[in-house]
Parts: sequence; structure tokens; C-alpha cells
Amino acid sequence: MSTPADHIPGPAAQPATRRRWRLRTSQVPYLLISPFVVLFLVFGIFPLVFSFWLAFQSWEPTAGLASMKFVGLDNFRFAITDEWFWKSLRNTAWLALASGVPQHVIAIPLAYFIHTGFKRSRNAVIGAYFLPYITSTVAIAMMFGTLFSTDYGLINLSLHALAQVPGLGWFFPDAPVDWLNRAENVKPAVAIVVFWRYIGFNTVLYLAALQTIPSDIYEAATMDGARRVQQFFYITLPSLKPMIYFGVTLSVVGGLQLFEEPFILTGGRGGTDQAGMTTAMYMYRTAFEFNDFGGASALSWLLFVFVALLTWLTNRAFRPRGNAS
Amino acid sequence: MKPLTRTAVIAAAAMLTLATAQAQQSITIAAFPAVDDIAKAAIPIWKKTHPTVEVKVVSRAFADHHTAMTTALSTSSNLPDVMVVEYGYVARFAEGGGLENLGAAPYNLQAQQAHFVPYAYRQGTSNAGAVVAAPADIGPGTLLYRTDLLKTAAVTEADLTQSWESFVGAGVKIKAATGAYLVAHARDIKDIVIRSDIKAGEGLYIDNKGKVLVDSPRFLRAFQLAKKVRDQKLDGKINAWSNEWSEGFKRGTIATQLSGAWLAGHLSNWLAPATKGLWRAAQLPEKAYASWGGTFYTIPKGAKNKTLAWEFIELMTLNPAMQLQAFKAQDAFPALVDVHNDAFFDQPIEFLGGQKARLLWRETAKKINPIEVHKLDPIADEIVNTELDKVLDQGKDIPTALADAKRLLERRVNR
Repeated sequence: MSTPADHIPGPAAQPATRRRWRLRTSQVPYLLISPFVVLFLVFGIFPLVFSFWLAFQSWEPTAGLASMKFVGLDNFRFAITDEWFWKSLRNTAWLALASGVPQHVIAIPLAYFIHTGFKRSRNAVIGAYFLPYITSTVAIAMMFGTLFSTDYGLINLSLHALAQVPGLGWFFPDAPVDWLNRAENVKPAVAIVVFWRYIGFNTVLYLAALQTIPSDIYEAATMDGARRVQQFFYITLPSLKPMIYFGVTLSVVGGLQLFEEPFILTGGRGGTDQAGMTTAMYMYRTAFEFNDFGGASALSWLLFVFVALLTWLTNRAFRPRGNAS
Repeated sequence: MKPLTRTAVIAAAAMLTLATAQAQQSITIAAFPAVDDIAKAAIPIWKKTHPTVEVKVVSRAFADHHTAMTTALSTSSNLPDVMVVEYGYVARFAEGGGLENLGAAPYNLQAQQAHFVPYAYRQGTSNAGAVVAAPADIGPGTLLYRTDLLKTAAVTEADLTQSWESFVGAGVKIKAATGAYLVAHARDIKDIVIRSDIKAGEGLYIDNKGKVLVDSPRFLRAFQLAKKVRDQKLDGKINAWSNEWSEGFKRGTIATQLSGAWLAGHLSNWLAPATKGLWRAAQLPEKAYASWGGTFYTIPKGAKNKTLAWEFIELMTLNPAMQLQAFKAQDAFPALVDVHNDAFFDQPIEFLGGQKARLLWRETAKKINPIEVHKLDPIADEIVNTELDKVLDQGKDIPTALADAKRLLERRVNR
């Protein structure tokens, strides 16, 4: 029979039992960030490493992982000499420029206009411009697919109605525009959708930057007799340069990875003569339609090289002068 | 415990364990729309013979389903017990060797070959001779046309079907009289003509020796006919399954559609139900017997319940009642010839103005020749379609376009 004293651990046993479950203070941060690290390793790093590995393999995916064969640089050699890869890159560059440049050229004055022209209703106006950005891309692309319909679309019906207006007829086409079925129209149609979707996002970026410009600079300029336009070009625009750099970098990276809008608008094929097939789409199709995962991985790494190169060029073009870093 | 009591207790425990094990059994069927409904409708019949085996039908959109199955086969994980595969993916999945050979023991589907439409059975057989897929339904090709538009243009069914040239000629009259397009897309004509007159040993794009065939006379003729249709503005440049496609059917701006027999069901159910009675079905021009798709049941090698999976496949593909049920409910034309003499085939189809079109499609099914499939067929299809786009939209010379298509495809073949 034991006495109560038998159950009281001795001074030596007590710390030993507790030590097993106690973390050192220095270890706590690692534990707290471990969920992110684990998820990042699984969903971020592993796919990257696997994709790099795949780029050097020939793989019939339906035969399982064991069927991979090392082919060295063959996939890269094939991709570099592939007409469709270069065509997809040209399409991507065209779309990135046609949808990206107007986003910034229009978003900056638009943000300035909203910043200076609206007081009470400003948030509502910003919300309206921002709405397309937070709307499902699939819904947007499907809606525009209907709007762009050659025979029944609202855009062609409106153009036709405008063409009937006396004096305006010469400016608008009377015959329906084949938006998504003619190679020369597919890219502008996709660019319009991308521009419409991201203009609001860039406007919000520039509005945020405008709010950081001290108002006394404008007051001083007004005292010196500077007009609104002069204030825009000599105060606003130079002050926005860091944000322009940020916004353009996002547009370059996003533009080169463009996928959803052209994919849905062109029925997944890129439209007639693959006129709207971006490199990201071609990568997807190479893997999942043409069953060439090795080739698709090589394409993805080549695209990465282009994205990195253009991001570096953007950095060179927009980074503040006199700053070596 | 007495020996008798002990034996009874042990027997009861064993039965309970067995019953529990059976109650826990389930099989997974991975399918895409329409086939998922057919599989779900089979569950009550399945339950009569397998009361303790649950059937879980996992349904995904058509493309998502095949992408998910590719991923499952590539990693040998999350594989269903029964994998439904559309015809276009059979060769691709067979190539990887990840599917059971249903022709061999213990399945022995080969012994049941005579029960299937010959071309469908051949479609489920890999080039190496393994029967990797059991056919469930087929899509015999047909020409659906609008009688009202033909009447206005004084065009007869014979004008449409006699030859491809007379088909195009009829299109000119229809366009002039009604303004309707002859076909939704000129590509549709190309797709049929390249599938006609394929010789033994030839595939669609590549023969069994790896020779690329895209500059052969059938491709030349297909491109010429498509160009003729486009030049005369007889096609609406409308892709299948687009909004414009269904609008075209609803508004009567598309006079004919070359397709699988199943399209009549889609038109009747949701594409253009208001056009009931205005459509008729005919054989394809120049008696070009062709097939549009088809559904197959397969068992992945990594499946866990292969015996039960096979029993489910037997139910779906070899059971006459199930085949007829799917035909009646989903217009899934039976691959099982045993039911082809059922009275249902003689019944008039109201949507087609009372025409007994199933008899026509049954004849087509008998005459379709199987086409050898190649794993590069999807990319060959894309190459040919892209060159056709250049011919139709940019005026590219046809021989040059076909030579370019051949060069691009040979590059892939020789890789």
C-alpha cells in the first residue's frame, strides 16, 4: 500500500517530465511559421523542383512515374525550334503590350481625376472600377464571349446601330465584326477584356500613391501659378514613379502569364490560327491535351527566363536614378 | 461453454464479420456528364445483385474528368475502380499501359466480342491487341437537316446526300432562298471527308508504320471542299457547343449539322426544343459512314476492387435492359448489338417529325469501319485545323498548307 507521499514526484523527476513537452523560446517562432513553411514546400517548392526535373525527362504520364526517361536538353531543343512556341510568345507579347500599356496610361490620369474630382462619392467610384478585378474571370470571359458574338452580340448590334446614325456611319462598320473568328480580331478582343479587368486594380494602386504626396507641394505650386496640367506632369507623375515601377512589374509578370481570359474566350484552342494562344495556354495544352509533360515543363522554364528578363528590364527602366541597388 | 454453443457463437461472429466487411464494400465510378446519370440510374439494378456494395459515382466536367484521370494514372493514386473514358482518350490511356486488359482472364471480354458493334469493339482495343475498354455507347454519324429550310429552297434530301459537290450546291440554294448557313463551320465537312475512304492499315493522320498521311488525296479533297464552302459564305464560322451554335439552331440559321446520332437528343432536350418536327436525319453525303465519339468503361491496373468493377462494367455494357434504359433516357446509342432488334428502334422519333431514324443509325453502325488510332492524333488534329484556318481565313494555298502540316507532324513523330 502506498502512502500519498509516494505520488509526489521528487524534485529531480519533476523538471525531467516537463522538459519533454516544453519548447525553447527560440523554437516557438519556427513552430508558428511551420504551417506556412510546410504548405509552401508542398505547393510551392515541390512543383517547382518537379517541373525542373520533368523538363529533362520524356514521360508518358498515363504509364506512371516509373516511365520517365532522361532525355537531357531534348525538350528545350524541341521547344526552341518549335514554331508554335514562338507564335505563342508573339501572341503573349502582343497581348501584354496592348492590354498592359493602356492600363497604366489611362489608370494614372483616371486616378488623378478621381483623387481630385470626387470627395463624398470617391469610394463608390473606386469600388465600381475595382469590381471587375474581384469578379470571377470565368464569368467575365463568358459574358464577353456573349457580347462579342458575331451575329447576336451586343457589341456588334451597338456598332450596327451607330453605323446608321447620319454623320457617324463612316466611322463604324456596317457589317458585323467577326471578333472571335478572325485571326486579326481575336487579340484585340482579348486585350479589351484584360484591359477592362485590370484598369481598376491599377487605378487603386495609383490612388494609394497619390494620397502619399503631401498637399503642401500642390499648394506651393498653385501659389507659384502652376496650372493643373503642369502640376500633374511636374509633381504627380514624378512622385508616382515608384508605384509605376511596381504596377508595370505586376503587368509584365501577369501579362506574360496570361491564361484564363484567352482560354475561355477562344474555347481553349486560341481561336482561329491559334491567334489568341498565349504561351501559358500552349504549355497547358502541351501537357494535358498533347500528353507531353516534359515538353510543357521545358516551355514553362523558357517562359520563366523571358519573365525574369523583362522584369529586369522593367527594373532598369523605372528604378529611381542615382540608386545603385 | 458447451461445444455446440461455442460453435454457434463462432459461426455467428464469423457471419457478422463477413456481413460487416461486405457492408463496408464500395466501388467508385469516375464519369462525366450524361454517363454519370446513366451510372446512377443503374444503381437500383446493381443493388439487387449486390445489396451490400455501395456505388459512388464521382462526376466531373468532360475535360476535367480526363485531366483528373490522366493525373490519377500518372501517380497511381486516387484511381477509381471503374474509369469511364471517351473514345478520343482511349488510345492515349491505352498507350501508358495503365488499364487492365479486359480481353484476357479473368474478364474474358474477348469471348463476348460478337455482342458488340464491331467498330466499337475495335476502338476499345489497343494497337498491341489488348482490349483496354468495353464499349457502352456509340455515335453513328448522321446528317441532321431542317425540312422547312430545304422546302423553301426547293432542295431535296437526295441533293444533300448524293455527293459532297451536290451538298455544297444545295447549300448555295439554301443560302440564297433563306439566308441560312449550310453548316455551322466549314471544318465540320473536313472532319468527315478525312475520315472517309481510309484504307486498311492507315490511321487517320499516321499509318501503322509511322508515315504521316496529311497530304494524301482525302485531306486535299477535304480542304478543297471546306474552302469552297467558306468562299461561298455557306458556313457561319460557328464552333460546336458555343452560344452562337445553339442560337443558330433555335433561330433556324443553320440548315444542316453533320454529327453523331446523339445530337438529335441534345437538340430535342435543350439546344432547340422549339424546333420539334422540323428536323430530319439522313446518311452522311456520299455514304461516308463515320462515328462521333463513344463511351467506354475501363479498369485501371491500380484499382482496388477489380472483381466488383468488372461486374459493374458487365452490367453497363452487356446487360440489355441497362443498355436500353441508357438509350431511352440519355440517347446513348447501344454498343450492344443484342438490343439492336428491340422494338424501341422501330418507334418514330417525334422531334424528327415521326421519322424512324434509329433504324437508319443502326445501319450506319454496321457499316462504320474502325480507324487505327495513334497517340499523336490530338496534336495532328490541331496541326491540321490550324493549317485549315490559314487556308480559310488567310487564303493560304492548300498544297502548301498540307505540306506544312506534314512537316510539323513529322517533326513530332520523329521526336
